[in-house]
Amino acid sequence: MIRIGAFLVGLFFAGWLVVSAVMGAFAFVSEPPAKTAEKVFHKYPKDVDFSFNGPLGKYDRAQLQRGLQVFREVCAACHSLHYVSFRDFAQLGYSEGQVKTIAQEWPAETPSINPDTGEATTRKPIPTDKIPAPYANDVAARAANNNAIPPDLSLMTKARHDGSAYVYSLLTGYQNPPAELAKKFPEAMPGKTTHYNPYFANLNLAMAAPLHTDGQVTYGEGAPKPTVNQMAKDVAAFLTWTAEPKLEQRKRAGTAAVIFLLVFLGLCIGAYKNIWADKKAQA
Amino acid sequence: MSFPWANEYKPSNAFTRYLDERLPLPRFVYNAVGAGYPVPRNLNYFWNFGVLAGVALMVQIVTGIVLAMHYAAEGTIAFASVEHIMRDVNAGWFIRYAHANGASMFFIVVYTHIFRGLFYGSYKPPREMVWHLGLVIFLLMMATAFMGYVLPWGQMSFWGAKVITGLFGAIPLVGEPIQTWLLGGFAPDNAALNRFFSLHYLLPFVILGVIILHIWALHIPGSSNPTGVEVKSEQDTVPFHPYYTAKDGVGVAAFFLLFASLVFFAPNMLGHPDNYIPANPMSTPAHIVPEWYFWPFYAILRAFTVDFFFIPAKLLGVLAMFASILLLFFLPWLDTSAVRSGHYRPLFRKFFWFGLVPCVIILAWCGGAPAEEPYVIISQIASAYYFAHFLIILPIIARVETPKPLPNSITEAVLANHAGTKLQPAE
Repeated sequence: MIRIGAFLVGLFFAGWLVVSAVMGAFAFVSEPPAKTAEKVFHKYPKDVDFSFNGPLGKYDRAQLQRGLQVFREVCAACHSLHYVSFRDFAQLGYSEGQVKTIAQEWPAETPSINPDTGEATTRKPIPTDKIPAPYANDVAARAANNNAIPPDLSLMTKARHDGSAYVYSLLTGYQNPPAELAKKFPEAMPGKTTHYNPYFANLNLAMAAPLHTDGQVTYGEGAPKPTVNQMAKDVAAFLTWTAEPKLEQRKRAGTAAVIFLLVFLGLCIGAYKNIWADKKAQA
Repeated sequence: MSFPWANEYKPSNAFTRYLDERLPLPRFVYNAVGAGYPVPRNLNYFWNFGVLAGVALMVQIVTGIVLAMHYAAEGTIAFASVEHIMRDVNAGWFIRYAHANGASMFFIVVYTHIFRGLFYGSYKPPREMVWHLGLVIFLLMMATAFMGYVLPWGQMSFWGAKVITGLFGAIPLVGEPIQTWLLGGFAPDNAALNRFFSLHYLLPFVILGVIILHIWALHIPGSSNPTGVEVKSEQDTVPFHPYYTAKDGVGVAAFFLLFASLVFFAPNMLGHPDNYIPANPMSTPAHIVPEWYFWPFYAILRAFTVDFFFIPAKLLGVLAMFASILLLFFLPWLDTSAVRSGHYRPLFRKFFWFGLVPCVIILAWCGGAPAEEPYVIISQIASAYYFAHFLIILPIIARVETPKPLPNSITEAVLANHAGTKLQPAE
């Protein structure tokens, strides 16, 4: 009885799936789905060689500091960094005093209240503060940016596939839309307030190229030349650090853990062979 | 029950003698996972995965309890509290990555455990109850994992919760009220997040309880083995401790090696990047996909694209998805072959390795892919095979197949293997 019921249920599900597949295949052949502009023109992130790649990779402190500089002078005008505190910058190799200065000189101020009147106001940030956002709220962010909210960048490199390379590719990927795009997908051409970038998921984004001129940011002595390429790479490294500040501890602990576990596995195999020796010998 | 030759617990000192007369806990452990439990001597490494599943559950409970000390189940701060754990809690990043990847490890281990059972016929009499309790654990695990994935309150958390509770919305007439009742609102929000947290904390302990029943039911007939031949004499068994505690030690070490490689070197490989974007009800992700361990079932759900007369395709998909798991409960009556082990079943073995296993892998691949061609057609064909395999092919195989001759005893099989003169061509 169970087997007859099962047979019928199986026949129904399997049969209907085969019917659906045949119908789907027929529809696919008779009316092949139109290719979208994204399918044709979207590009995966470029291959970038970062110092933190690989199982033993580490951050390059000087690069992170340059990245912070690019972020502060360019990105911070529109983008927030909600989950990062000024005190975290000590990890980039800054002294306590330097962190204090960075907080004091940050382009945005921290929301506060006037201690006498209780009215809303702002004050200079201190090291224990989170990085203040450039806009008071989402409405202000929208109003200032053609109705597009600049996303928070704390986790951006973890919120996209191959995120570090993605940020670098996006920043260096602005270009004129290819002629073929205008011919085949006129509706996918950038509008008045959007900009073509094949590394962006839907090809057109509201942000204009933020890094556009070599030397836009003045690097300190001994640093590489601030080309667009270099600045993009530095800020991508910095944003990798904001998303994964514990990367170095993680890889260090991981190396120790794997070495320990390999030894442990060896000992376990030894114990196993030893204990089973009499049973195997019997055979 | 145990075999008559099982070692007898002997309290060794005054304290254990005192304890044994009042609360014989050491005796209980001795008989359950100690020298007092005789186990077939021929178990291969696939028999490690039950113990490994227990280890994985323990890892999840310990890391989960610590996470709950720092996590806040409230819609406006849940995401930020997870970032607080990642940045400011001592070793918080380790605890969270261990918990997230621990779930994946748990499923890797449990899927291997289930497929071990499927190949070696572990669901057959007298072990049906072990199989059924195992399936209950699997269902509880799925519910727990799903609700756990909602807690970080990222984009995939939110939209996953919406899609999965939406499945109940497909039930005719009462579907929508049920969905609203489950969520505590019309869409996932603080009410849903809070109850998911509560249940996510509760269910692992329910799983623990069912595991105790699972092991209890297992210890009545005793462990199965790769030949599928029952234990006949003392020669066929070895005491669990030290023989299998030693062998499980090897498995546990290998398990932690893989686990550590994931946690420390690729902690986000198995997750979805969208879950690092805070939940936003106003913005739907391009592709909503569950975690990898749900992909085969997600593929079956989406394989139904055509209405069957008055039954909408969506409802069919939901029914099929639940049926794909529930049918496993009927397995002891679908596969009626008296031979347990796939080693001695030439036809069954072919369908297992060339039918079921690739079919499930293909379903997983399609479930993770966007819902477009050719993935839809492929998942339809694979889903059709999945149902046909269990509901049609297995019962027929059991009738028409001529199994290979079985060894007379476990010991005979072991000796044949060691002598290299294979009495029975096993595999």
